[in-house]
Amino acid sequence: MSFEGAWPLFSKEVLRFWKVGFQTVAAPVLTAVLYLLIFGHVLSDRVEAFPGVGYTSFLVPGLVMMSVLQNAFANSSSSLVQSKITGNLVFLLVTPLSHWAWFVAYVGASMVRGLVVGAGVMLVTVWFAPLRWVEPWWILIFGALGAGLLGSLGLIAGLWAEKFDQMAAFQNFVIMPMTFLSGVFYSVHSLPAVWQSVSHLNPFFYMIDGFRRGFFGVSDVSPWLSLAVVGLSFVMVAGIALRLLATGYKIRS
Amino acid sequence: MPAVAFQNINKTYTGPRGSFHALKDVSFDIAQGEFFGLLGPNGAGKTTLISVLAGLARASGGRVKVMGHDVVDDYAAARKCLGIVPQELVFDPFFSVRQTLRIQGSYFGVKNNDAWIDELLASLGLADKANANMRQLSGGMKRRVLVAQALVHKPPVIVLDEPTAGVDVELRQTLWQFISRLNRQGHTVLLTTHYLEEAEALCGRIGMLKQGQLVALDTTSALLAGRASTMLRFKTDSALPPAMAAVARVTGRIVQAKAHDAAEVESLLALLRAEGVKVEDLEIGRADLEDVFLEIMQDSGSTA
Repeated sequence: MSFEGAWPLFSKEVLRFWKVGFQTVAAPVLTAVLYLLIFGHVLSDRVEAFPGVGYTSFLVPGLVMMSVLQNAFANSSSSLVQSKITGNLVFLLVTPLSHWAWFVAYVGASMVRGLVVGAGVMLVTVWFAPLRWVEPWWILIFGALGAGLLGSLGLIAGLWAEKFDQMAAFQNFVIMPMTFLSGVFYSVHSLPAVWQSVSHLNPFFYMIDGFRRGFFGVSDVSPWLSLAVVGLSFVMVAGIALRLLATGYKIRS
Repeated sequence: MPAVAFQNINKTYTGPRGSFHALKDVSFDIAQGEFFGLLGPNGAGKTTLISVLAGLARASGGRVKVMGHDVVDDYAAARKCLGIVPQELVFDPFFSVRQTLRIQGSYFGVKNNDAWIDELLASLGLADKANANMRQLSGGMKRRVLVAQALVHKPPVIVLDEPTAGVDVELRQTLWQFISRLNRQGHTVLLTTHYLEEAEALCGRIGMLKQGQLVALDTTSALLAGRASTMLRFKTDSALPPAMAAVARVTGRIVQAKAHDAAEVESLLALLRAEGVKVEDLEIGRADLEDVFLEIMQDSGSTA
């Protein structure tokens, strides 16, 4: 297990998204703020997700985590698919980097982008609603683990996709529905029983619920259950990503 | 220890339309310090062989070693010894020339490399483009950066896959002067090219591939000496005698026919006289690598 070369690749990947920061950081922050303004305004008087927690306060952690997840996914997936399509992945393929180094660098940079965007959303939206930070360790654990899971998933999608169209399909038909149906905008307890059960099959639900637990000290399910589900999902997805990298899936003929 | 050792390399691509045998039992060594040319028509397997060497493709059978390191079992050490200039003109649009070179060097564990980067930039005529973004460079300039990227970690073995395809005379000369200098300093060079006069001028030894098989392997001088040693060349607007048309190579008005000795030259000239063919610019010269290449490709037709 060699990590030689992981730091330079990680640094390059961070520099890559930072160079187009308007697109990769500022734009997602603005999108999240628009969600907050619109949903928060429309629903603030009608929904109380947890006792004593206003809807806008409830919404902020959900939006932060949604931004973390979507941007972590976008970073590794778009970087890889662009390099594959433009052909410049060859510069990396001829280097001595091991599959472990590739994984750590791509997923690490994805986590940085996800967490930077999440922090940006938090900084802007926190002024709209009071937050309590009751159990902050859950915020850190689920933020990092969720970003790592989606960064790994982005790596798989980036290796699999051969054109931008396939990448857009993965993003719009898998990532988007799973994020939107995970309880970002509502508590799953407000859903009919059937849909509550369906939501519990979605690992994104556990990431959002565990993350939100850190702010309010209440959650739809136990944070330990969420940690187990998210942790296991990460191990599985990371294992698949490492296997694909080791075998050169769709990058070495 | 050879710089590069190919041992019984086979490569089969399997797709929905069946399988394609791209390399068939290719074996040869390249000694340290050699300037080796790998020639062959399009689709012969040159790029596939280089891809196997570079780790871009996996051999279906056989082994490749670079400076004694197996490219699969000991890939990290093998790749540190290799500098690959790819055939495609690819670049990373996010970075400047200097950033591109620093990043590429860092993957190989090379730090504080600016003195060598400056030397590369100066030698390849890129000094005034160091801070330009890759997107702003012309095709020829991008090609120079590709060469610099391959050399940034000072690899002992340099592989150039058709580096002069579609580039101007100035870049070709700059490139060959620089690569020849590195070769004199001890770097091993493996070159594929379609410009046979380049291969003849630069390469001490040549291997030729046809349809995935190695059909010739010898020093350049032995290849030239061992094949048709004399060529009769002239220009004509007239139709050639059938006996000559069958053996000559005709390119527009230019006719080239091989002749092994003076008697054969005389009999070809007699044939032209007898038919009253009017010739211009008649010359008798030594066969060049292109003549040898075509002869070998024709002779090996039955092995394909």
